[in-house]
Amino acid sequence: MNTVNTQTNNKVRQFQQVLEIIEKHNYDKTRLITILQQVQHEYRYLPQEVLTYVATALNMPVAEVYGVATFYAHFSLEAKGKYVIKVCDGTACHVKGSSKLLDTLRGKLRLSEQKHTTDDMLFTIEAVSCLGACGLAPVMVINEKVYGEVNTKKCNAILEEILAGETAAAVDENSL
Amino acid sequence: METKGIINIDGINVPIENEKNVLELIRKADIELPTFCYHSHLSTYGACRLCVSDIDGMGIQATCSVPPRDGMVVKTNTAEVRQIRKVNLELLLANHDVSCPSCSRSNNCKLQDLTRRLGVTKVRFKKTDKVEPIDNKSWSIVHDPNKCVLCGDCVRACKEIQSVGAIEFVNRGAKTTVAPAFLKSLADVECVYCGQCVAVCPVGALTPKPETEEVWKAINDPDKYVVAQLAPAVRVALGEGFGMEAGSATTGQIVAALKRLGFDQVYDTSFAADLTVLEEATEFIQRKLKGENLPQFTSCCPSWVKFAEQYYPELLPNLSSCKSPQQMFGSVARETLPKLLGIKPEQLVIVSIMPCTAKKFEAKREEFIHEGVAEVDHVLTTEGLGRMIHETGLQFRKLTPESFDLPLGFKTGAGVIFGNTGGVSEAVLRFAYEKITGEKLAANDFKMVRGMDGIRSAELEIGSIKLKLAVAHSLSNARILCEKIVAGESDYDLIEVMACPGGCIAGGGQPISFEPDFREKRAQSLYNVDKQLQLHKSQENPYVKELYQMILGEVGGHKAHELLHTHYHGRKRITEQLLTIRDTEHPKIEVCVCVGTNCFLKGSQELLKKLMQYVTENKLEDIVGFEGQEEMVDVKATFCFERCDRGPVLRVNQHVIEHASFEKAKKVLDQEIARIGALMNA
Ligand code: SF4
Ligand code: SF4
Ligand code: FES
Ligand code: FES
Repeated sequence: MNTVNTQTNNKVRQFQQVLEIIEKHNYDKTRLITILQQVQHEYRYLPQEVLTYVATALNMPVAEVYGVATFYAHFSLEAKGKYVIKVCDGTACHVKGSSKLLDTLRGKLRLSEQKHTTDDMLFTIEAVSCLGACGLAPVMVINEKVYGEVNTKKCNAILEEILAGETAAAVDENSL
Repeated sequence: METKGIINIDGINVPIENEKNVLELIRKADIELPTFCYHSHLSTYGACRLCVSDIDGMGIQATCSVPPRDGMVVKTNTAEVRQIRKVNLELLLANHDVSCPSCSRSNNCKLQDLTRRLGVTKVRFKKTDKVEPIDNKSWSIVHDPNKCVLCGDCVRACKEIQSVGAIEFVNRGAKTTVAPAFLKSLADVECVYCGQCVAVCPVGALTPKPETEEVWKAINDPDKYVVAQLAPAVRVALGEGFGMEAGSATTGQIVAALKRLGFDQVYDTSFAADLTVLEEATEFIQRKLKGENLPQFTSCCPSWVKFAEQYYPELLPNLSSCKSPQQMFGSVARETLPKLLGIKPEQLVIVSIMPCTAKKFEAKREEFIHEGVAEVDHVLTTEGLGRMIHETGLQFRKLTPESFDLPLGFKTGAGVIFGNTGGVSEAVLRFAYEKITGEKLAANDFKMVRGMDGIRSAELEIGSIKLKLAVAHSLSNARILCEKIVAGESDYDLIEVMACPGGCIAGGGQPISFEPDFREKRAQSLYNVDKQLQLHKSQENPYVKELYQMILGEVGGHKAHELLHTHYHGRKRITEQLLTIRDTEHPKIEVCVCVGTNCFLKGSQELLKKLMQYVTENKLEDIVGFEGQEEMVDVKATFCFERCDRGPVLRVNQHVIEHASFEKAKKVLDQEIARIGALMNA
């Protein structure tokens, strides 16, 4: 099977998951937040159309579902990359140069304050407030993994490592 | 009334009766405590905290959220309480762009009023300087989030009064706004344009869409001949914008004002309401005799019509096919006036003055535009006309009353009470009684359909026919009845629906009133106008009779149908959205399954699942053609083909399948695969 097919089948599976999630929760409006959490887990964000679908299935106004999805900080309405890089911009990290770290990352991935996600959907950069690891400032988190005292050199190394892993995986898949 | 205790407010004892909260008791003690987020007909939200008072043993409380208890001691006026109120008001102001001089609500704004009353002279909090886009796209309502103080009144009105929920609080913290889903425009969502959000907004964040400039332009154009039609409810509300009592009837002054503004003729929508009565009652009697499409719903209210199209497509055959009086007037005027007035058809400009924001939308419905010519060109709301009069400086209250022009300005009282909830039913009964029994109606009033209860029903016998009717105002009440009908639990014959609580007299285009009983006052005033008129039954309107003789032929006949009736269609709630499940670019076969609410309820989710399964199990996604891998079948979910009454609906390439089943869909899909296979082999 080639990559195109894996991707599209993945999408079919995602949507089937949505159907199952809604069913599992019995079309119950009061479970909206849990349902959205699980849907987000599938897509890594909440696509508009899927939110509309959820609203229809739960028989609620779309605006209400959208209101809930935008209220909680842990929901995202934007598609995010495979690697979500959270850079702490809390006071301690700020003092220790987190803005420079942000600049470096954005420069390297050709992102900006407006553009958060790379076109190949690999990386998303988010500036967040205090991650609670001020002792390690400046701190960044990539998909749950915490990196402390990140300077430019360390930052570069981390990115290189991820990219190397990705290339290897792609080669593997093609040779199947 | 039974007393449930006593509460002491600023030293005065006030008996507790049925008040829901301390605020209502404070108001009963004639203290007009400032409030932003409290409306007696909505749920309590407790967000503005202007209604705070000091309650012994409880401290400072938002009185709208505290139920009264015997023995409570309340101080509404302590230094601390006054200070808190001021600070809260300042916070509200900090959210607001303070563009007051250019705001259409400038003369009737709670924020301005309270700022003055509470003596707030400066705002110490930083202004939000971000300018948010104004939503100007719908025909009915303008939403300017920069003026919003986030009281949430509109959100609750839309949900609680209308059960629509088109707008919501979005985002959190400093970024909070009120908006439709995905920040879309009101034009692109399920909003029914009733304007009840406008009617509760304390500031100018939600306002009726102005059309005054277009109207001025027509009036100032010497080639145009501009006629006005005046809806019944306008005459008992416009005066409020000029400092008059709620419910003051100013029909004659309005006619005079319109003439002074430059309208060439001034007619009465009530004339067309008389016409509606004849058509609608005749249609009803026919349906009743045949036992077809009952209950018959009224169709005068465009918000209700859009609501039914969106939520109850299966009930659309039950709606009367009659156009609303506004549109009947438009058709008849286009048909008759050019000849009557000796003008060319293209010179005629028809302007309605309506209590309603949804009428603006109605006038633009494609069913009412024929070869590019709209039945009604422009719709002014009552408040819009008020602004035009203010603009000219005409002293409205001093105008000498004038009378409507004939023939389209002549009406009976039946056509006037149309503006009240229950009015359409009553007018229809006055006709149906005489039509069915062949006898003269002795007393004209059918008081059983009057009143302000949300759903009222009545059973009556006319001749040998038993009738059961219901009157609902507010769409949440209409929804209750619709659900019953869909569930097969209702045996009504006739149901009148008006979206606005109280009927058109409290429409979203009327002057905004925060007086508790303004609805009752306006309604009573319309009943009084009926009393004062010569005639009370539509069938007695001599000009209506003449119109049938000269032009329309028979009531309910061919020509009448052409001019006075219309049709409805299922309608999507949210604009174009497609759920791409696979995301292929050029599949040879595209299967789109509707997952809009109506189709969803009829099992489209199961259909979608089975089709996805069929496609993956049989590996139909891709085939290896001579150019290598090609995308064959893609299944997608889409929201609403607007054929909701025939759901579930799906489409396989260009073939639309209604009442679809998996077997039907599979058959068409297999045919398509075979067809394309043959093409490729050729
Ligand atoms: S006009 Fe009516 S339906 Fe539309 S948002 Fe306002 S209250 Fe809701
Ligand atoms: S639009 Fe008006 S009613 Fe709605 S929250 Fe804002 S200020 Fe309140
Ligand atoms: S009126 Fe009580 S908090 Fe707004
Ligand atoms: S819901 Fe409208 S066509 Fe399916």
